[in-house]
Amino acid sequence: MAESVAYEWKPVKGFALSGVFWGAVSILIGLFISIQMWKPEWNFAPYLTYGRLRAVHVNGLAFGFAVAEIFALSYYIVQRLTRTRLLFPKLAMVQLYIFNVAIVAAALSLLAGFTQSKEYAELEWPLDIGVVILWVMFAVNVFGTIIKRKEEQMYISLWYLIATVIAVAVLYIVNNLAIPVGLFKSYSIFAGVNDANVEWWYGHNAVGFVFTTPILALFYYYLPKSTGLPIYSHRLSIIAFWSLVFAYLWTGAHHLVYTPLPDWIQTVGIAFTMFMIAPSWGSVVNGYYTMGGNWDKMNTNYLTKFFILGITFYGLQTLQGPTQGLRVVSQLIHYTDWVPGHVHMGTMGWVALTVCAAMYYTIPKVYNTELHSVKLANVHFWLVLIGQLIFSISMWILGVQQGAMWKAISPEDGSLTYTFMESVVKNYPYWQMRTFGGALFTLGMVVFAYNVVMTALKGKPAQTAEGR
Amino acid sequence: MAKNNSIYSKPIVFSVIVTVAILIGTAVMMVLPMFSSSMHPKLEKLKPYTALELAGRDVYQENGCFYCHTQTVRPLKAEVMRYGEYSKAGEFAYDQPFLWGSKRTGPDIARIGGKYTDKWHYKHFNDPRKLFQGSNMPGYGWLADYQLDPGETEARMKALGFPYTKEDIDALSDKTKLDALVAYMQALGTAVPKPPKVPMIAAGDKNPFAENANAVSDGKKIYEMNCAACHGIDAKGDIGPDLTDFEWVYVAGPIGDDTLFFMIADGTKKDQEFEGRKAKGGMPSWGEFFGKKKIWSVVSYIRSLEEKK
Repeated sequence: MAESVAYEWKPVKGFALSGVFWGAVSILIGLFISIQMWKPEWNFAPYLTYGRLRAVHVNGLAFGFAVAEIFALSYYIVQRLTRTRLLFPKLAMVQLYIFNVAIVAAALSLLAGFTQSKEYAELEWPLDIGVVILWVMFAVNVFGTIIKRKEEQMYISLWYLIATVIAVAVLYIVNNLAIPVGLFKSYSIFAGVNDANVEWWYGHNAVGFVFTTPILALFYYYLPKSTGLPIYSHRLSIIAFWSLVFAYLWTGAHHLVYTPLPDWIQTVGIAFTMFMIAPSWGSVVNGYYTMGGNWDKMNTNYLTKFFILGITFYGLQTLQGPTQGLRVVSQLIHYTDWVPGHVHMGTMGWVALTVCAAMYYTIPKVYNTELHSVKLANVHFWLVLIGQLIFSISMWILGVQQGAMWKAISPEDGSLTYTFMESVVKNYPYWQMRTFGGALFTLGMVVFAYNVVMTALKGKPAQTAEGR
Repeated sequence: MAKNNSIYSKPIVFSVIVTVAILIGTAVMMVLPMFSSSMHPKLEKLKPYTALELAGRDVYQENGCFYCHTQTVRPLKAEVMRYGEYSKAGEFAYDQPFLWGSKRTGPDIARIGGKYTDKWHYKHFNDPRKLFQGSNMPGYGWLADYQLDPGETEARMKALGFPYTKEDIDALSDKTKLDALVAYMQALGTAVPKPPKVPMIAAGDKNPFAENANAVSDGKKIYEMNCAACHGIDAKGDIGPDLTDFEWVYVAGPIGDDTLFFMIADGTKKDQEFEGRKAKGGMPSWGEFFGKKKIWSVVSYIRSLEEKK
């Protein structure tokens, strides 16, 4: 395919490297707070206490890492799939600078205790406005470039990207509606049960449209690109896309099982959550069948294993998640350490593996060079895989143990078998195990960051306007 | 492959359909319920937060306490036993935002109001491990170094439309963030009446394990794990009264085994009478955790301390 498009890679590079930096910082904070869990004297008041650092860890990875890489890689695949130069490159560069300033401001404000106290929506109102502005800039470039496209058909990745842009805008604006009191404080305009319902409609879909749909957009683009194999079924991807986009918004109430939220909302939420297995596995099956008879690529092509393990963790995540929504399971594992185990399989397994592999593919392209070291990429793969498994599995075991201890009742006289403290003291070995797994994962991500930066440093100025 | 005139080659049409698709679930699950009264109930006894309590709630928020403590008791048997009456929708009408949380690294605190004395809370916030050896909660004694800003709290009360007087606001000027947090703790869950307890024994019952050496040593273990935090490892008293001084409920002279049992099982409330003596309150109930046999063992152990003197 002879192309003569002068692609615009500067924003891709800028966001990619910003994301690597914020990702590394936020993962290190994660490692630190995992130690605070079993070493409470490592809480340094007031700024470096667990309650504040946890918000920095989660927001740093969601916004600083995931969203940055989504910006970077979206700008890459949008240009490729439309065979069109990014419509407003200068706007994208302004977006990049504002983004980095916003991340610094966000981190400092969370450390200072400025928080709306809603999970994934901690940032106070001035930063919310900043996020919305950044998102609009992103939307203008994505839609603008798509509308100007030279490729008539929009490939699957662009569908997921469009859904991401629209859904995040709706979710973010509604859930962050607040009454400001001064620059650093606001109160939700919603109250009580209603506030809880709005928050988890948002919270679950923030996971859906930040950690799922854009990552699927990457998967559908980069798996065929890196393996040279076309996606198995276009029809299956159509069915999976529409059912996922339609059903996701119904499911948030599974976070509120057995709370005072009206029962019917919980039940409908759980039912749609079960349904979500179908579209999720639509993509999983599509990924596996794409490999068809070419499973040897797991050995011969270093990127394939990232994508296939990534989609496998997505598949496991989307089976485990719905199972957790069922009342009979929720009553045991809800509020326990099982849940961080579940979340981290999604983020450390599915999201990190897929995003990192997409970066390994993209960075050499935009810097017009080869990856610094495939060997290091393999080291990275095994470290994050093993680290994540140790993390998740130890938390699942702990979660079941906690749930069982909390509900244990003496058959003799019907009294509770354990006080809360008796369950807490049993947590320590598992929490230490998690830190060990987390340390392996962190090491893997440091290797990744090093590899990416080294690749960027040896990049050559593009001699031709076109890469490959 | 889709044909060229399909929606997959019309980005605007495609985007409109996506928007409709996501708005259907949004409308049914989030927007419509908002207009139903079942989402906005309010218990009759529920009062808006006072200025001090709201300041405490703000402290709770800014330090991310909700990441480790939930504020919803689920309607499950063991949970109601452990924490108290399950949470009602009408308890949260003034909660902007709700602070139900999603993880119990520490226990649920929806029913903590009135469970312990203020003194207990100060001691616990200062150093949680002084009361619970294995606790991993960070200390929050440093909150006492931060004075409240009355003007700031007044602006916040106004924004939420909560009633207050000038005296309420003035009273904040010599209060710290820790005072506010304790006040918030004591307000939690107080709008829901505590259901009456079914007595575990009949009045006048005697300790079946009196002077039983095994019971005394069992009781000692239970005491050291659960009671020593407040009454002292030597039972000479600290937050709770001395248990060895032949004084019961602040009056000299013995009380019956059954009364001692009831105090351990159901806790004490302010001005509650025990054999004609008025309690100051602040003893939490242990009946749900210990059951009959363990409580009698603790009674045996306490009696053994008395006899030593």
